[in-house]
Amino acid sequence: MDRYTKQTIMKGVLWASALITISFLVIIIGFIVYKGAPAISWEFLTEAPRRSGRLGGIFPAIVGTIYLAGLAVLVATPIGVGGALFLTEFSKESKFTRFIRFGADTLNGVPSIIFGLFGFAFLVYYMGFGISILSGGLTLAFMILPTVFRTAEEAIRAVPRWDKEGSYALGATKLQTIWHVVLPQSISGIVTGIILGLGRAAGETAPIIFTAAILNPVLPESIMQPTMALPAHLYTLTSEGISMQNAFGTALVLIVIVLVFNMLVSLIRKKKALRR
Amino acid sequence: MKQMVKMEVHDLNLWYGSFHALKDINMKVYKHKVTAFIGPSGCGKSTLIRCLNRMNDLIGNVHVEGRVLLDDKNIYDKDVDVVNLRKRVGMVFQKPNPFPMSIHDNITYGPKLHGKKRGLDELVEEKLKDAALWSEVKDILGQNAMDLSGGQQQRLCIARCLAVEPDVILFDEPCSALDPISTGKIEDLINELKRHYTIVIVTHNMQQAARISDYTGYFYLGELKEFNKTKKIFTNPDNPETERYITGKFG
Ligand SMILES: Nc1ncnc2c1ncn2[C@@H]1O[C@H](COP(=O)(O)OP(=O)(O)O)[C@@H](O)[C@H]1O
Ligand SMILES: [Mg+2]
Repeated sequence: MDRYTKQTIMKGVLWASALITISFLVIIIGFIVYKGAPAISWEFLTEAPRRSGRLGGIFPAIVGTIYLAGLAVLVATPIGVGGALFLTEFSKESKFTRFIRFGADTLNGVPSIIFGLFGFAFLVYYMGFGISILSGGLTLAFMILPTVFRTAEEAIRAVPRWDKEGSYALGATKLQTIWHVVLPQSISGIVTGIILGLGRAAGETAPIIFTAAILNPVLPESIMQPTMALPAHLYTLTSEGISMQNAFGTALVLIVIVLVFNMLVSLIRKKKALRR
Repeated sequence: MKQMVKMEVHDLNLWYGSFHALKDINMKVYKHKVTAFIGPSGCGKSTLIRCLNRMNDLIGNVHVEGRVLLDDKNIYDKDVDVVNLRKRVGMVFQKPNPFPMSIHDNITYGPKLHGKKRGLDELVEEKLKDAALWSEVKDILGQNAMDLSGGQQQRLCIARCLAVEPDVILFDEPCSALDPISTGKIEDLINELKRHYTIVIVTHNMQQAARISDYTGYFYLGELKEFNKTKKIFTNPDNPETERYITGKFG
C-alpha cells in the first residue's frame, strides 16, 4: 500500500469516527424530541403533576431544578474560583498545591451516587438539614466544585505573565492586579466552568434522590424544604412505569435546559476568540 | 563636574534557587542619563534590571543579597513599600504588553489605581504626546490597544509608564520585537525622555547602546565586567574582555 492510499484510508476512518460521534448526538436528541414533543404543552410546563405525574405537568420539578442547580453554583463558584486564585496567584508550586490539584481531580472522578450517599449521611442527618433544597444543593455543589475549580484554574493560569507584570510594574497591588487584569482576562473561562457545572447539577439524579427530591408536587417555600426535580421526576415516571410519554417530555425539557447551557458556553468561547 | 547619582548598586548577589545569577555587582545609575547594560544573552542583564524595581520578588525561589539605593535609600529594606517603589521606578518590557483594553484605559490604569479621578483625559493626551504617539492615536482612543502595531504598542506602554510619573524608567530590550523604523522612534523617544527621567536600558544590540546611552555596563556570566562612560567603553575599554565583545571577536 503506498503512503497516499494509507493516508486516504486513515482519513476515512477518522471521518467515520467523527460522523459516529455526531450521529449519536443527533439520534439521541432526535429520539427524545420525537417521543417527548407530544407531551409538551403550556399546561405541561406550567402546572403541577396530578396522579403521580400521569397527568398535569412538571412545573414544580422545573422550579426545583433551578433552585438546586442555582444553589449548587452559588456555593461552588466562590469556593472554586477562590481556590483557583489561591493556587495560581498566592502560592508557589509545591507538594501542597499538587496535592490540592490531585484532590480536586479525584473528587471529579467520584461517582455521583457517592456524593448522594455522603450528602444523605452528612448533610441530611449529621448536620440536620433534612431532605431539603439546602442538602441537595450543597451535595451538588460538592460534585461540581472540581469542575469549577479546575476550569477556573486553567483560565487564570492562561493569563500571560507579562500582562500581570505590566500591572505590577505600574505599582498595582496583587489584589488590584487580580481584579483588573487577571479576572477580566479569565472570566470567560471561569464562566464556562460554572455553566458546565450548572448543566451537570441540573441533570444529575443520584446526588439528589437521597437529599432533596420528593414526589410531592408542591412548590418549596424555603431552602429548608424538599422539592421536586426534573431528573428525579423522570426517574420515577420511568421506573414506576407511570407515563412514558411524560417521562420523555420531562427528558426533553431537561435536555433543552442542558443544551441551552452548552450553547451559552460556546457563545462565550466564540466571543472570547473574537476579542483577542 | 560630578554627576548626580540616582541609583546605586552595592555588592549585589542574586540566586535563582542554587544558581548564582548575579555576582557582586557594583554600579551607579546617574540622574538624567541613559545607562545601558550589554552582554551576551543569559548573562544576567534582565535579572539585574529587574532588581532595580524588585520585579524579581514576583518569582519564587529568588534570593537577593546586597543593597540597591534609590536616592540613598535601600529599596531592599524591610520598611520599603514595593508598590511605592514601582511607582517611582517604572518598567517597559521586551514584548509590548498593553492591557487588552482601550488605549485611553491603558494610560489611566496606573493613575486610577493610585487614586487619580480628575483630569484623566488631559493626562492621556499629555502622556501620549510625551511618548510620541498622540498624533497617531488621537482619534481612536477608545479602540482596543491590541489593534495597534507592535511599535505603537510599545510607545503606548511607555506612555502608560509615564502616566504614573516615575523618576526612573527601566527598559528591558524594548526594541527586540520591533522593526528598524519603530526601533528608531523608540530610540529618539528615549533621547527625549532622559531630560526628565533617569533611564536604564538592557539591549543586546551594541550599536543601540553606543547610539543612545551615556554609561554602559558589560556583563558576562553574572558578573559586571566593566562599567564606564559609553564613549570610553566603545573606544578604549579598560577590560580586554569588553574590547573582545565590542569588536565582535566574541559572542
Ligand atoms: N526565573 C528564573 N529561574 C531560574 N533561572 C533564571 C530565571 N530567570 C533567569 N534565569 C537564569 O539566569 C541567567 C540570567 O538570565 P537573564 O537575566 O534573563 O539574562 P539576560 O537578560 O542577560 O539574557 C540565565 O542563565 C537564566 O537562565
Ligand atoms: Mg533578558
